[in-house]
Amino acid sequence: MGFFDFFAKNKSGNVAKDRLKLLLVSDRANCSPEIMEAIKNDIIKVISKYMDVDTEALDIQITQTQSEDGKEVVPALFANIPIKDIKNGNPNK
Amino acid sequence: MSEVIVITSGKGGVGKTTTSANLGTGLAMLHKKVVLIDTDIGLRNLDVVMGLENRIVYNLVDVIEGSCRLSQALIKDKRYPNLQLLPSAQTRDKSSVSPEQMKKLIESLKEEFDYILLDCPAGIEQGFKNAIAGADRAVVVTTPEVSAIRDADRIIGLLEANDIHHIDLIVNRIRMDMVKRGDMMSIEDVIDILAVHLIGAVPDDEHIVISTNQGEPLTGSDCLSGQAYMNIARRITGEEVPMLDLNVKNGFFSRLAGVFKKK
Repeated sequence: MGFFDFFAKNKSGNVAKDRLKLLLVSDRANCSPEIMEAIKNDIIKVISKYMDVDTEALDIQITQTQSEDGKEVVPALFANIPIKDIKNGNPNK
Repeated sequence: MSEVIVITSGKGGVGKTTTSANLGTGLAMLHKKVVLIDTDIGLRNLDVVMGLENRIVYNLVDVIEGSCRLSQALIKDKRYPNLQLLPSAQTRDKSSVSPEQMKKLIESLKEEFDYILLDCPAGIEQGFKNAIAGADRAVVVTTPEVSAIRDADRIIGLLEANDIHHIDLIVNRIRMDMVKRGDMMSIEDVIDILAVHLIGAVPDDEHIVISTNQGEPLTGSDCLSGQAYMNIARRITGEEVPMLDLNVKNGFFSRLAGVFKKK
């Protein structure tokens, strides 16, 4: 990336394009905020059985990613889950 | 074989009515028999953009309710007799018409006209459903703005869900000076996001405001937007027309020069 490209990246036209791309993925996936919230809560429920996670900082969103063969862009569920502490032992005990 | 084209956008104020008036005029200039239908019941505007507001006697709802014959409601354009307008009703609302009634009306217009253009209201409710009911293909109008593109994407999804797969995109009100500065999404950016076929781009041009003031569509005039609309009309008929270079006349000095050149 060249010197000018660096600044070009921050231009409002690019900002708009990037925002739109993200926005449309979730629009097209037809995922309402309520469903996203439900997914988030379920993920917390499952993961907290095994580890102590920071539920406040947990962030999930639908983004785009390359498919496995790299030929097309597919939607992906992206979750950023900060771990506070990993519990030891079998949770089912 | 006549074609029924709905001109839609989702978002309001992006130029559906202006586009309808100009494409209708353009197709008429190409010697096609064209009827423009204003489907925006309650908020009719296509008549004023066409400069035909003083000639309205009957409207779309009158025809559908059987209060008059179809031929009584059709208004001939001032300049092109092969272009006619079916105005909308101003004092009624969208529920006055059903999609089935629209389909029937369009069927009866197919015998007489080569192109039936439907000016769709903003939104995705009843008015939109009425407008797309009888359409074979769609022209989606958007501007290079986040809100307009988002709505266009939604509209494209709804059109496809309603089995309208022939969809063309018009990027309206593009400002090449802002695109060059990086402060506006380019035509390529918009196509990249929406992934539909581009049928043309229209620059943000003050001639449009002037033409609307006068009630005379500017298709075919020598200004950039007039040429852009004419090219789109030709492409609608299936003609291959190279994309117009919107970069000309865009700098301050060349625009100034343009002012002196005109009259």
